[in-house]
Amino acid sequence: MEIVVCVKRVPATDSQIKVAADGTSLDPAGVEFVLNPYDEIAVEEALKLRDADGESMVTVITLGALDSQKELRTCLAMGADKAILLKTDAAQDAYSTAEILAAQIKTMPHDVVLCGKQAVDNDNSQVPARLAALLDLACATEVKKLDLADRVFTAVRDIEGGQEVVRCPIPAVLSAQKGLNEPRYASLKGIMAAKKKPLEEVAATEVAPASRVVSLSLPPARPEGKILGDGAAAVEALVDALRNEAKVL
Amino acid sequence: MSNNIVVIAEVRAGQLKKASLEAVSAGRDLANSTGGAVIAVALGENLDAATAELAKSEADKIIAVNSPALAHYSGDGFSKAIQEQLSGLEPAAILMPHSAMGKDLMPRLSAALQTGLISDATALHHEDGVFAATKPVFAGKAYLKTAVEKSPFMATLRPNNFETRAGSGAEISVAQSALTADELKAVVTDLVASAGGHVPLQEAKVVVAGGRGLKDPEHFHLVEDLAAAFGEGKAAVGASRAVVDAGWREHREQVGQTGKVVAPTLYIACGISGAIQHLAGMRTSRFIVAINKDAEAPIFKVADYGIVGDVFEVLPALTEAVSKAVAG
Repeated sequence: MEIVVCVKRVPATDSQIKVAADGTSLDPAGVEFVLNPYDEIAVEEALKLRDADGESMVTVITLGALDSQKELRTCLAMGADKAILLKTDAAQDAYSTAEILAAQIKTMPHDVVLCGKQAVDNDNSQVPARLAALLDLACATEVKKLDLADRVFTAVRDIEGGQEVVRCPIPAVLSAQKGLNEPRYASLKGIMAAKKKPLEEVAATEVAPASRVVSLSLPPARPEGKILGDGAAAVEALVDALRNEAKVL
Repeated sequence: MSNNIVVIAEVRAGQLKKASLEAVSAGRDLANSTGGAVIAVALGENLDAATAELAKSEADKIIAVNSPALAHYSGDGFSKAIQEQLSGLEPAAILMPHSAMGKDLMPRLSAALQTGLISDATALHHEDGVFAATKPVFAGKAYLKTAVEKSPFMATLRPNNFETRAGSGAEISVAQSALTADELKAVVTDLVASAGGHVPLQEAKVVVAGGRGLKDPEHFHLVEDLAAAFGEGKAAVGASRAVVDAGWREHREQVGQTGKVVAPTLYIACGISGAIQHLAGMRTSRFIVAINKDAEAPIFKVADYGIVGDVFEVLPALTEAVSKAVAG
């Protein structure tokens, strides 16, 4: 089984976000970049599928600048077999990202395409379902439980007020939600092995984004609150404030 | 291309999702600017109850696509069935709630239509003939305004963010779909409702969330008791990433950057220090209460009201006081 995992380099979730001087992008100064946390889950699931099957290959792909090699090496250190960097310095949106990734995946055998459910930078959750449309594949997004039998996935996903079960035959695109698995840490041996694994660099197809960023801005700061007191003695003051000021009781 | 706005209404098991009505009213505002009509499209089987409710919204026209092949949700099937309808409508914009279904369906449809989509929009704009939307990024640490340069403009809308207004009665028409069940690739085979009594985290007016300060999963009942004190169906229980990662609570309760973003009227953080990822997930709540032993905890920086103290002492007292206040 050929498994392709699409990953992205994103600011770590504990990053303080600052707007660059152009008013439309993130100021990268002092920001630590990491493999998107949901993509770690997608890589882990790919490795589990591969190891259960015994005859599978896991290829990770990313679209980005040269520094995205670091995140690809992380995936290789976790255990992926090979990596492809679709190199571009141009800004992309979900439309162009999916178009470029799909153009690459079409040239490769692919039974399963795995992605994180969203990248924690722009929080779009678009690329997985876009890929499914462009590749004409079955798709289940935000999967938190996955079983495979006779080349058909049974995927469980959360919906408002419950869960739904999706029957999703291979070839398929799946996007990973937290809870699907516990991603492994790369071992020292894995990190050493990753240095020798193939990391191919390909110039990304040029696709113009469908959208243009007008502005990136920070939300207004919350007004200074007040400490009502210490311990249970402050409960009365709190209930009073909730009733008379906030009017929520 | 027309000036019309198409809204994809979300119907599950014959029931219209409330966020669909928010999308209709947001569509009305856009249509007032473009000079077009609002057309709501509902897909499924047995759509009568859902379309009757939609008819009371601000839509001008409702198209009910009734087909046995649409009885259960299928991303590829619904996308195809909508495309069949769109060929006659050529809308300027397509809207849907940013729900589990909207997140699954709209990107697929958008790719098929070769256009752009803004996910989780909190504001829509139509200025000088250009559509744009504002959405939270980095889990709400910043806001991005983006203009879409292809047509149609597409957006999924954050639930509980756009107001709903009643309309004056829309015309309902029934449409057919050429789709057959054997064409479907992925299809929903089962729906499992959550155990009763749980208020969905993102729909609750009050969220009571617990963190490491509770010291042991067994103590989480203090948080559940306080939530229950607000009355049935009022408050939901949330959790910090630390306690979810530790396996104390399920991921569906996690508030923050790799969990849910919530904006209730009242958010009570109990024994949560307020890591930056957590603050991103709850900082737009209307009122924030923090209870923490450490007076220096970052959670107090965003809290409207703070109590410095031990959750084991404060929570039972607060639960009792809230119960009394709610009882009148």
